[in-house]
Amino acid sequence: MQPYTLFDRIWDSHIVRSIEGGPDVLYIDQHYIHEVTSPQAFNGLRERGIPVFRPSSTLATADHNIPTTDQHLPIRDALSRLQVEKLAENCRMYGIRLFGLNNPDNGIVHVIGPELGYTLPGMTIVCGDSHTSTHGAFGTVAFGIGTSEVEMVLATQCILQYKPKKMRIVVDGKIQNGVTAKDVILHIISQLSAHGATGYFVEYTGGAIKNLSMEGRMTICNMSIEMGARGGLIAADDTTIDYLSMIPSVRSRSDYHKLVKKWKELKSDQGAAFDREHEFNAEDIRPMITYGTNPGMGMAIDEAIPIIASHSAGIASYNKSLEYMGFKPGMKILGHPVDYVFLGSCTNGRIEDLRAFAQMVKGKKKASNVTALIVPGSKKVEQQAINEGLDRILKDAGFELRQPGCSSCLAMNEDKIPAGKFSVSTSNRNFEGRQGPGSRTLLASPLTAAAAAVTGKITDPRDLLKD
Amino acid sequence: MSKVRFELLETTCVPLPLENIDTDQIIPARFLSATSREGFGENLFRDWRYDKSGNLSKEFILNDPRYSGQVLVAGRNFGCGSSREHAVWAIYDYGFRAVVSSNFADIFRNNSLNNGLLPVEVPEKYLRELLDLVRKNPGTRVMIDLEKQLFTVLPAGESVLFEINSYKKECLLRGLDDVDYLLNMRDLIKAYELRNTADK
Repeated sequence: MQPYTLFDRIWDSHIVRSIEGGPDVLYIDQHYIHEVTSPQAFNGLRERGIPVFRPSSTLATADHNIPTTDQHLPIRDALSRLQVEKLAENCRMYGIRLFGLNNPDNGIVHVIGPELGYTLPGMTIVCGDSHTSTHGAFGTVAFGIGTSEVEMVLATQCILQYKPKKMRIVVDGKIQNGVTAKDVILHIISQLSAHGATGYFVEYTGGAIKNLSMEGRMTICNMSIEMGARGGLIAADDTTIDYLSMIPSVRSRSDYHKLVKKWKELKSDQGAAFDREHEFNAEDIRPMITYGTNPGMGMAIDEAIPIIASHSAGIASYNKSLEYMGFKPGMKILGHPVDYVFLGSCTNGRIEDLRAFAQMVKGKKKASNVTALIVPGSKKVEQQAINEGLDRILKDAGFELRQPGCSSCLAMNEDKIPAGKFSVSTSNRNFEGRQGPGSRTLLASPLTAAAAAVTGKITDPRDLLKD
Repeated sequence: MSKVRFELLETTCVPLPLENIDTDQIIPARFLSATSREGFGENLFRDWRYDKSGNLSKEFILNDPRYSGQVLVAGRNFGCGSSREHAVWAIYDYGFRAVVSSNFADIFRNNSLNNGLLPVEVPEKYLRELLDLVRKNPGTRVMIDLEKQLFTVLPAGESVLFEINSYKKECLLRGLDDVDYLLNMRDLIKAYELRNTADK
């Protein structure tokens, strides 16, 4: 038998029908929705006069457009409030389970799906959100879709989709002290560029990946989209199964042991062919930071901003990007003042990220020139942080834990960074104005964000770990 | 629900010679709170079109009266970032019917095809020449023939063949909708579900 990749194995087993010269009709096991990209899809169902085909296969949360303080009060912004109410109304009308605002299981869609045990190995998963690739950490084929496609899935539990090409990224070696999963993926994107994986689905493997926790794996898969990939996945192993076995709703399933056996078989065969392969050595990877306006513009924190040839095709875009950031080619940004620090998002808003941040700021004080936004990814993460006493550590250091949501990652709510201000952010995108009109985002790990928060400037986290 | 058919297009172009134009630039997140598909064109490229005080930015190409037309020509990796279909709705609502680039982000491409906005992928070198030509000669007319998959600079300029999969081409030409297509397959989908439950 021809050796199969994990991606092919999952994709092919979900094909309802292949269209000659066309896309596959792909069955979707788990569909997640949120308030921003679903209302127009429900409008479509209403116009057609059809129900949701499989309501129990869709799960809803409010996360993008909600405040991260005083969540018990009505949302102040009228349009945001309407959007959140519309989601609740649609879920009620179509029989979809909603973890809305103030529900103890509310949180960012890509944080709660895995933590509540809805994301399981071998599944196909979609959501009207590009960071759906996060769920690939559990050995799933998970990818972001548009609203028309959300409507397709609501109407038929299927989607028309062309099969992407396959890429394998191997990261071997030991991840160094002060370096995190975030630095690994920022390094990979800086090498492959913001469009280096367009048209591909990535499988991550190698010793460094296998040694990562589920939180770290989710951070890696989450940012697959930032190099253009359709998605990224990591084969399930003992780490995956240990994580899932801690979730009561998964552990208590009558078919749990049968499922575990099946999950263990879900991997790429020896000799399976990929369209492209890249190899990295974790020992080469230092703490990373971005200096431009796409996630491919990243460098090791102690490096200088690259100088590119004036005749390069992308020189106009490159110069525009640096001008926006207020940087110059050849400049080092270590020691550059920082105004804001954001810890959170579906990339780095999990308990391990809060622990890393807290560990770094413990016994220190927030720099007076820094405004910090510490936003847990879900109510469960928030509760766990409190249970572990992280909120005390943060408070003693001058930080305040906010309530969960997407927050300053896309700044749809009030959590906006003012124009011209520099923000060291653990989120996933440094696009112009992403954190608010005119804001300047430097993507980095929770450790680097914490180091900036206590020193007030861009700081190599390894220097503080030495103390 | 049938959609608008993609007719033969003959028009002028608007050149936007920047790479990696992300969907946050096309339509910033603060304009995504609407619950309908209409009206997004008003905020297309909002933070490039208007300055901090809300006045038109004279240097931005959409505000330059010399340039207009139904085709937007932009640098590679167009539409990267967020999956927001609002970006396509904004471009279409503004009046564009096709975007020409050397490389489109996957989700943006799918969203475009699902809304009758044609993504025309051309070689990088051709794109750069086209951007130069249109910038220097704002009146340059182009023709997009979807049936023949040809992009042509008029009156008799160089034609370039562009790729589009046959299914989506058919959908655009005939104004067909994916949801209708899938709804007709419900029996097949149910059979798949039965087969799969049996496996477990």
